Amino acid sequence: MVTAIAIARMSDLFAVVMLSGIYSLLSASLFLDLDAVDVAFTEASVGAGISTLLFLATLKLVPRYEKKSRYKPTLALGVVIATGALLIYGTLDMPHFGEADAPVHQHVAPRYLNDSMNEVGIPNVVTSVLASYRGYDTLGETLVVFTAGIGVLSLLMVSRRTKEKALQKVPADMQNQIILRVVAKMMLPLILIFALYVQFHGDYGPGGGFQAGVIFAAGIILYTMLFGLSLTQKVIKTEVVERLTAFGVLLYAGVGIACMLLGGNFLDYNVLRHDPVHGQHLGILLVELGVGITVAAVMVTLFFKFTWRTVKHKYNQ
Amino acid sequence: MNIIGLYNYWIVVVLMLIGFFIVIAHENLIKKLVGLSIFQTSVFFLYISMGKVAGATAPILDENYQLYSNPLPHVLILTAIVVGIATTAMGLALVVRIYEAYGSIEESDIQVQDNNDRLEDYLEAYGRKNDTHLFNQDKDE
Repeated sequence: MVTAIAIARMSDLFAVVMLSGIYSLLSASLFLDLDAVDVAFTEASVGAGISTLLFLATLKLVPRYEKKSRYKPTLALGVVIATGALLIYGTLDMPHFGEADAPVHQHVAPRYLNDSMNEVGIPNVVTSVLASYRGYDTLGETLVVFTAGIGVLSLLMVSRRTKEKALQKVPADMQNQIILRVVAKMMLPLILIFALYVQFHGDYGPGGGFQAGVIFAAGIILYTMLFGLSLTQKVIKTEVVERLTAFGVLLYAGVGIACMLLGGNFLDYNVLRHDPVHGQHLGILLVELGVGITVAAVMVTLFFKFTWRTVKHKYNQ
Repeated sequence: MNIIGLYNYWIVVVLMLIGFFIVIAHENLIKKLVGLSIFQTSVFFLYISMGKVAGATAPILDENYQLYSNPLPHVLILTAIVVGIATTAMGLALVVRIYEAYGSIEESDIQVQDNNDRLEDYLEAYGRKNDTHLFNQDKDE
């Protein structure tokens, strides 16, 4: 909370972005304390990792300092305090923190906790709810991520001419940071292996497609930052990454359609194998893979696009 | 009635208000986006803290534990975080384009430029293009 207030007061945007990274990390630890291990994982990798990177990439393109506002924030403060008073009044009827008989815990949660071991057969309830019980929802979320990726792609288009011109002479900005480069080279395989572990171990412990995708993307982004776009392009083709964004969504929807063809409902994995529980395992594995591919590819694409924009500004003046 | 048991909601409210304040009181677009993400996190906290059961453990089934926290809010928020970063990235892309078009990411500057453009259009529509000195005076103010 102190961090959030500091963010409100600062005018150096670089410091603001760094503080928001710290804020995310702190919230991740708070989530952990509230038993939400999967959420903490996601917040740590997304909030403290990718989102800070994207903000920094934008800051490279826009001025670093905020201008002093001409208006006094009294009116805004008034509105905020009034809203706050109303919200606090609204909380007075809410159930207390940590109560086991709150209405939230009465509806579907007991079924998930009691029956998911028999119906889905994996210990991590969050994964089974995410990929199986609420599979439609997750398909929708993956589509939103995909759509946002498309949106950024179309907003930050870079012509082929710029790319060709730039490819020959884009040195990485951190070419001279030898320590960073050596450490990154050692870290990179570990990051990628860890991402794969998170991807496939999501059934048994905290993890899954969303987190794994983000961690994988973070590894590739780290490489891009230190070794430059042109080197990364040799390893991972932009076109391939862009197609992979769609491939993940298609894999997800394809599993759903395969279920329909085998006589079940859309995304009803029970029919994939003779044993319903095995079917569920296979379905969740494939679906999580689809999510992971889409998320990783979208995140990498986003970063590539912001970086290309910087390159364009540098060489097209 | 014991009011202290509601403290989790109050933390959420305060965080939300800080975010809200940044969004409406600051003119810098990047700062607004950071404020928006603080606002967003406060909503995450609301959900997760409602799912918490006192004395329970994380919802990963194990024979040694009987009481688990509610997994449903976790699922909702987990996906919401990733969608949140995707939409934030979209917002950042828009900021980049706005900066390229206007040369500024301060709301007031952008508005002045928009108003001047509109004024110029009106003058042109009434065939008084030469009267742009009117509009230049506006700009000086």
